[in-house]
Amino acid sequence: MPRATIELKIRRQDAPSAPPRWEEFSLPYRPNMNVISCLMEIRKRPVTKQGTTTTPPAWEASCLEEVCGSCTMRVNGAPRQSCATLIDRLPPGTVTLEPLTKFQVVRDLIVDRSPMLEALIQVKGWIPIDGTYDLGPGPRIAESERATAYAFSRCMTCGCCMEVCPQYNERSEFIGPAPLAQVRLFNAHPTGRMNAAERLQTIMGRGGLADCGNAQNCVQVCPKEIPLTEAFGELGRQTTLLWLKNLLGK
Amino acid sequence: MAGPRIAVVGGGLAGLMATIRIAESGVPVDLFSIVPVKRSHSVCAQGGINGAVNVKGENDSPEIHFMDTVRGGDFLAHQPLARGMCYAAPGIIYLLDRMGVMFNRTAEGFLDFRRFGGTLYNRTAFAGATTGQQMLYALDEQVRRHEAAGLVTKHEGHEFLGLVREDGGRCAGLVALDLRSMKPRAYRADAVMLATGGPGLIYGRSTNSIINSGSAAAAAYREGVWYANGEFIQVHPTAIPGQDKLRLMSESARGEGGRVWVPKTKGDSRAPAHIPESERWYFLEEKYPHYGNLVPRDVASREIHHVCVDLGLGLDGQMMVYLDLSHLPREMLDRKLGGIMEIYEKFVGDDPRVVPMKILPAVHYSMGGLWVDYERTADGFVDLASAKNQMTNVPGLYAIGECDYQYHGANRLGANSLLSCIYAGQIGGPAAVAWAGQRKALAAEMPAGPFESAEQRWTDHFARLARRDGPENPYALHEELGQWMLDNVTIVRENAKLAATDAKIQELAERLERASVLDRGTWANAPLSFMNQLESMLVLARVVTLGALRRDESRGAHYKPEFPRRDDAQWLKTTVAIAGPDGPTFRYDPVDISLAKPVERKYD
Repeated sequence: MPRATIELKIRRQDAPSAPPRWEEFSLPYRPNMNVISCLMEIRKRPVTKQGTTTTPPAWEASCLEEVCGSCTMRVNGAPRQSCATLIDRLPPGTVTLEPLTKFQVVRDLIVDRSPMLEALIQVKGWIPIDGTYDLGPGPRIAESERATAYAFSRCMTCGCCMEVCPQYNERSEFIGPAPLAQVRLFNAHPTGRMNAAERLQTIMGRGGLADCGNAQNCVQVCPKEIPLTEAFGELGRQTTLLWLKNLLGK
Repeated sequence: MAGPRIAVVGGGLAGLMATIRIAESGVPVDLFSIVPVKRSHSVCAQGGINGAVNVKGENDSPEIHFMDTVRGGDFLAHQPLARGMCYAAPGIIYLLDRMGVMFNRTAEGFLDFRRFGGTLYNRTAFAGATTGQQMLYALDEQVRRHEAAGLVTKHEGHEFLGLVREDGGRCAGLVALDLRSMKPRAYRADAVMLATGGPGLIYGRSTNSIINSGSAAAAAYREGVWYANGEFIQVHPTAIPGQDKLRLMSESARGEGGRVWVPKTKGDSRAPAHIPESERWYFLEEKYPHYGNLVPRDVASREIHHVCVDLGLGLDGQMMVYLDLSHLPREMLDRKLGGIMEIYEKFVGDDPRVVPMKILPAVHYSMGGLWVDYERTADGFVDLASAKNQMTNVPGLYAIGECDYQYHGANRLGANSLLSCIYAGQIGGPAAVAWAGQRKALAAEMPAGPFESAEQRWTDHFARLARRDGPENPYALHEELGQWMLDNVTIVRENAKLAATDAKIQELAERLERASVLDRGTWANAPLSFMNQLESMLVLARVVTLGALRRDESRGAHYKPEFPRRDDAQWLKTTVAIAGPDGPTFRYDPVDISLAKPVERKYD
């Protein structure tokens, strides 16, 4: 049974310190709509279901094909890329849109995910190349190794894994699943490996790998199906080895 | 001692590459971007990056890459630049590999390369089907390293509004809008580099990210920067339809063996699997036996248009054909094209490993952009020591990436855009450093007057926009603009329709004066910044449309049935649009064709 209308309920908040409120919208049904195209319809006629003129809800989006990570929000309670959330595949009934809860709300559905980007600096998430001048080809890599690494290099910093992680919250210093997995990525690269210990040190203190509670929620919501928990297992081995090495004074 | 500072606007591949090069030379960079740079549109590039590394024993070379590029561009590209780019390409791919881009590998662990359009060589390095994303991340990581070292200051969530000029017209900084506080602010810079991407949004729905309004380049144009070859807009032959955007299905699908076809019989409603080989028309393979499905994009899009519109053979009577991968091994598809397999499955719901994809042409890329200069060497390369490279006609203002114009001529070859972005950033960064080093007085030491007045001008402009309260809706006006542009300024162009489109754009600009801002808030007010963007988008749409109206020939992506042939005598010229009070005026400049003589462009 196709819907006759699309009913949306959106959590609004004018500014970080403003109180939240709900607004409802009703749109004529069209096939093949995603959450973003609904929000685009609303801004062309920002009137609530009750007939009150309102401001267009604020939301973040860019690529609309699930490679940029911008448009993460809670759809019916679950964190998702709203561009890849097709209305036709949601259960019947009202579609509820809310901002992520683990980050500061900027406005409406927009949150501030800059802590995730700062964490990438903290874990030294890069290959320390000598310079951009011509040094010839890079290291040879087996295709199978490349394929494993590629799975981790597709992380869009979208924040879904952080949202569902019970250990990542305002009372904890845990750095969260996404930046940890990046340590796994760079430590496996032939050049990145040269600084593996340095990177591991950044996740061996407070808020590091040991704070992962192994709830395994992260791996279930990752839109790119990144094997996050495998990364933590691998990093556990690497940090234990380094700890032993440090203990024995090399 | 204080030294120069350089501002880079835009954090896609070009902007990040320039940032790295500038930071590497020890000059601090202010990096402005409307989104966190990791979310820039470069992530959407799928298929790969070209470079004649010649790993398949084909005797490929940078010179052949260069010839393919200028021929693909129907001889409108500036040849020393195109040649410099092609010769630098293998080194660029190696550099990216050293940065950790997870390019696919051969059995021996070397970089793997595949076929792309407009060439007969395996010349495209790739990371699955998310090459742009992987490259952007690698550059983002390098920038983060310079950020940690204090050389790069990011201003994410800031939108470029306009320039600050000193007496004599040189660029001394920029005004940017904080998209949260909605306050414009002037920043000092000894050189400014625009790396703000393409204008896909003037077509409403395209393969572009919805941040690609082109309004930054258009704003620069409105302040006197020349805009070149605006009429050359690439329509990519293979995208999937959506209400919000048209999603790209990479050319690499055909590079790996994908075949384009339609049922031979009009109105054949059978499922594709039930249509026998003998009743399928592989029209590209038939008409172009040499290049087959890998003809350049302009050629493929025109053929699809012909088959669907003129012959009425489109699927379900629509502008739609099959792109068929179902005969290819599943393991290979997952490993080399996984990214697009996923997009098709998620957004359409069918498995392209089993069922042929239904695709249509979509606006994809602007070959045109801000006019920039370069210094040519005697042997036909680019003098890399020159401050002129990538500099616009405004001294101290640079443009790189899709918002520049000179590498691709009338049509870009697939997988050359990632290359031109990196190359322009690579040569533009040092050029800006050279320019900044030559300045007599640093921007930091200038009197505050020009900065304060520029900031005030923009503050007043936004105050005026914020008061607008009419019956029109800016998003609805934008939709109308997109529909007109799509209908009339894409694959087939007719002068009467182009003229009508220009009139419509002017009408929309008037109606925008009577639009409501929709939101009176002073915090994170997206409609307010969109109103400002839309003003600039309308200006740019006129440049594109009038450029097309004036160019009475057919060349590359610009095709007029009224003038079906290329006319080198009249039109082997760069279009240069200059903003005036009554719209653009046009000038036509010679193109440097000293390295490769124009010949007829054939792919059959």
